[in-house]
Amino acid sequence: MTISKVVLETDTSPVTSTGLLDELPKEKLAWMLQKMCETRYFEEKAEELYIRGQVHGTMHLSIGMEAASTGAIAALRPDDLIIHHHRGHGHTIAKGADITLMIAEFLGKEPGYCRGRGGSMHIADIPGGNLGATGVVGSGIPTSVGIALALQMRKSDKVLLSFFGDGATNLGEFHESLNMASVWKLPVVFLCDNNQYGMSAAIKKVTNIDRLSTRAVSYGIPGETTDGNDILAVYQATQTAIDRARAGEGPSLVENVTYRWRGHSKSDRNLYRTQEEIDDWKTRDPIVRFKQVLVEANVMTDEEVEAVDQQAKATIDQAAEEAVSFPEPSPENMEDEVYAP
Amino acid sequence: MTQNGNREITYLEAVREGLILEMRQDPEVFLLGEDIGIYGGAFGVTRGMLEEFGPERIRDTPISEAAIAGAATGAALMGMRPIMEIMFMDFLTISMNQLVNQAAKIRFMFGGKASIPMVVRAPAGSGTGAAAQHSQSLEAWFIHTPGIKVVAPATAADAKGLLISAIRDNNPVIFMEHKLLYRTKGDVAEELYAIPLGKADVKREGSDLTIVAYSIMVPRALEAAEQLAEEGINIEVVDLRTLKPLDEKTIIRSVSKTGRVLIAHEAPRTGGFGGELAAVIAGSEAFDYLDAPIRRLAGRDIPIPYNRTLERSTVPQVEDIVAAARTLAQEGR
Repeated sequence: MTISKVVLETDTSPVTSTGLLDELPKEKLAWMLQKMCETRYFEEKAEELYIRGQVHGTMHLSIGMEAASTGAIAALRPDDLIIHHHRGHGHTIAKGADITLMIAEFLGKEPGYCRGRGGSMHIADIPGGNLGATGVVGSGIPTSVGIALALQMRKSDKVLLSFFGDGATNLGEFHESLNMASVWKLPVVFLCDNNQYGMSAAIKKVTNIDRLSTRAVSYGIPGETTDGNDILAVYQATQTAIDRARAGEGPSLVENVTYRWRGHSKSDRNLYRTQEEIDDWKTRDPIVRFKQVLVEANVMTDEEVEAVDQQAKATIDQAAEEAVSFPEPSPENMEDEVYAP
Repeated sequence: MTQNGNREITYLEAVREGLILEMRQDPEVFLLGEDIGIYGGAFGVTRGMLEEFGPERIRDTPISEAAIAGAATGAALMGMRPIMEIMFMDFLTISMNQLVNQAAKIRFMFGGKASIPMVVRAPAGSGTGAAAQHSQSLEAWFIHTPGIKVVAPATAADAKGLLISAIRDNNPVIFMEHKLLYRTKGDVAEELYAIPLGKADVKREGSDLTIVAYSIMVPRALEAAEQLAEEGINIEVVDLRTLKPLDEKTIIRSVSKTGRVLIAHEAPRTGGFGGELAAVIAGSEAFDYLDAPIRRLAGRDIPIPYNRTLERSTVPQVEDIVAAARTLAQEGR
């Protein structure tokens, strides 16, 4: 049994896994930056559309958490799978979703990923290996046991990443599922996007351990905590866990410590944390940090980095412009869609 | 062997036979649940199946009903056809999030781009002295959840044929097996056959009064009908078999013919499926043919008690059906 490794406090130092800069091709690193930037601009666009009154429902923004979603998914093969949660725009983008169809779903349009039935909280792209976002905290975790079980029973060498937040780790479903996945040695990596708050509940107030990854000990699986704002640290920890899962050795628990800049959802008045704390975390912006690392290591020039950034912005702007004009779904005959033929 | 070449086997054996035959011809079908392997399941339904299919497909699980339901949901999302056995239907309370918020919703919520072909086998009902937490009939909760189908067979032959259809269905299906029916016997064909979901079956034809029933209430209604036939009351028994989707047509046709209807179920009356059935009948063309009020016979609004006499008095028995049907047959005359 591997005892969970407790690593350093999340800090402002630029990077903890510079070795990867030599290993990964420049295109891959640029792609990682691109997906992070697309996520950031997507979230900002979502906020803008909401403020302009064009969005009917709620949204959960992941600004500040882009390294955790992109870094983990970057370590996957394109045919691998993910299942994730309500704060899932970043995972969906990193898994290669069509951003126009994402925005269309957010706007409740017929051509959207879920034909306007799911909205921001339930974007799924089944052919793309994104098995969907769930809105009930932690609900994807037991489902991921079944997905990974199917992979194992069919002797597939695909791996599943199962994302959830820190709040989900106090659910009974978390315990049941990690235990079951461990005893069956399922090809799944449990990824905790620890943004330190379950709505208003600080994880430190509702949990008496410093590192959520130490819970792995009770399932007899490896657990690791990373600086979740360091995309290369996230990539590396996830890669190790993916290798283990693909080798048939079973699941791992990876905790990526990060922070959400925005409130939980549109109703949040930020009464449970200080502006100083939020401002402090903004100085640890994972995108700024990764750009700095890429430039300092001479992987990309300032100009190249900014070109990626601006291209991402253009992608989002263009997608939003297109999606806004998409048709609305019809309320007729929805009963016919409830059951599969 | 009976004259049509069928054998007489128990309801329990019929369920097992359905599982075995479908598993032999579809490698995507597998079972998971607590103690279903070497133990053979709490009621013995899966006895002997581990030897034929092995521990991969007759999969023992930890006592983790949420994760069992999640494992079934996720495997079904991947296109497999899992059958989860919950030891007692009461324990589905622990599985509810996966069943109601995931399995039932995924298809619609994702715009019709996924499906969840899974079966939940749920031993249900009272009569075994197992008291309040091991005796419930929770069908109404699931009927009330769009995305889920509910099946409650009453005979061995129906159990086998409906189970085959439930496994082949591309949606989550709750398959209720009444514990008192497990040892009842019936004529069952040896081969693999499917009985379509959503089709009621008139188990006894009659002209004076319709009893609409399902699960354990079907044999009780049939026995009550035999007794009342001696008094000259001619009862028709409609066995719903599938509760959702509901075969409204067969109910309406029968009630239109007899003009009187008694609805019988074991689950508590308030909020029970009987209220919905009454509303369906009252809102249909059968209303014009009614000669008496629609009557309901249901479980009392109490948890199932332990003591034999108390337990018996909680859910409708044959004598209760006889008394209610006899009274109803005279109403409005």
